[in-house]
Amino acid sequence: MYPHLTLPIARTLNDFCVWLDGTALSQVIQSQAWIVPTVQSIHILAFALVVASALMINLRLTGIFARDQSLDRISARFLPFIWWPMLVLLATGAIMIIGEPARALKNPVFQVKVLLVIAAVIVTCIFQRMRRNPALGDPTHGPRAAPRVIAAISMVLWVSIIFAGRWIAYA
Amino acid sequence: MPAAGQTAMALELMALEAPALDGWLRWLQATPFATVIAENDNLFPFIESVHVVAIALVIGTIAIVDLRLLGLASRDRAAGRLIGEVLPYTWAAFGVAAIAGGLMFASNATTYAYNFYFQGKLLLMGLAGLNMAIFHLFTGRDVARWGTAERTPLGAKAAGAVSLALWIGVVAFGRKVGFTLH
Repeated sequence: MYPHLTLPIARTLNDFCVWLDGTALSQVIQSQAWIVPTVQSIHILAFALVVASALMINLRLTGIFARDQSLDRISARFLPFIWWPMLVLLATGAIMIIGEPARALKNPVFQVKVLLVIAAVIVTCIFQRMRRNPALGDPTHGPRAAPRVIAAISMVLWVSIIFAGRWIAYA
Repeated sequence: MPAAGQTAMALELMALEAPALDGWLRWLQATPFATVIAENDNLFPFIESVHVVAIALVIGTIAIVDLRLLGLASRDRAAGRLIGEVLPYTWAAFGVAAIAGGLMFASNATTYAYNFYFQGKLLLMGLAGLNMAIFHLFTGRDVARWGTAERTPLGAKAAGAVSLALWIGVVAFGRKVGFTLH
């Protein structure tokens, strides 16, 4: 079904999944029915904070939202609600992977999601560096295209990650 | 599984006690558009994904407001102003979530309608709406007065806490629906 599975790395991945599936932690997660739904719910709540915060920053970036406060100030308000929930997302994600290794790690949709998450983190880091640039936050006198492009890329990434996350179950 | 037994019983009861509702649900899920959603491999996942994005924005934006009411975040923004800025996006996202949810519901109406967790989810949303209405009618009336104060009044804190608790419940129940479908 997946031609890349003949590659050595794929066999290593397969062995890793088999090993992980056999660990005590994985068995506990698989046997206790409440763990996965609970962890998924926490995952949803965490990314709700992330995507809403990203939206607020991106709306300010495009000059739609809270124009009376500087971009730097808005970022200071909302960036912590991207970074801290991201730790929760990694932790809950790890639990879900440990509980069902093959379903996650060998799934191409999951692999795409990981790449998208890395891209989103990079974009957020770049933004973190640029936020103090006064030109960026000024919708009337600053550049028009750059902020809009950054905001659009950011929102497309976060929305795509959520789509990929849901689609894991269907792939 | 207890949930299966309950659902089966509920189905029988509903068919007996509310034949009109049951009949309408069966009619709904038999319509061409509902059938297409149920049977198409990609359509349901797509609608579901739209629903998840929308609810993430609903809960995230509500959390921004609730954390402000609790005095835990966005303290540099007057409460009334923040609420006015954020809530339009909450409503827009809620509209999208409701439409996507309605489409999913239609595709399998009887299964969802008789699902304990789905019913619970609707109830919790109703309570969340009630909580919001009570806030707007009472504490929220003079938000201009306390919106920039050091601390928010007890009524605001209560509304924020109740709102967060109810919406966390909505997510938990909503997720559980997927695990209890038959």
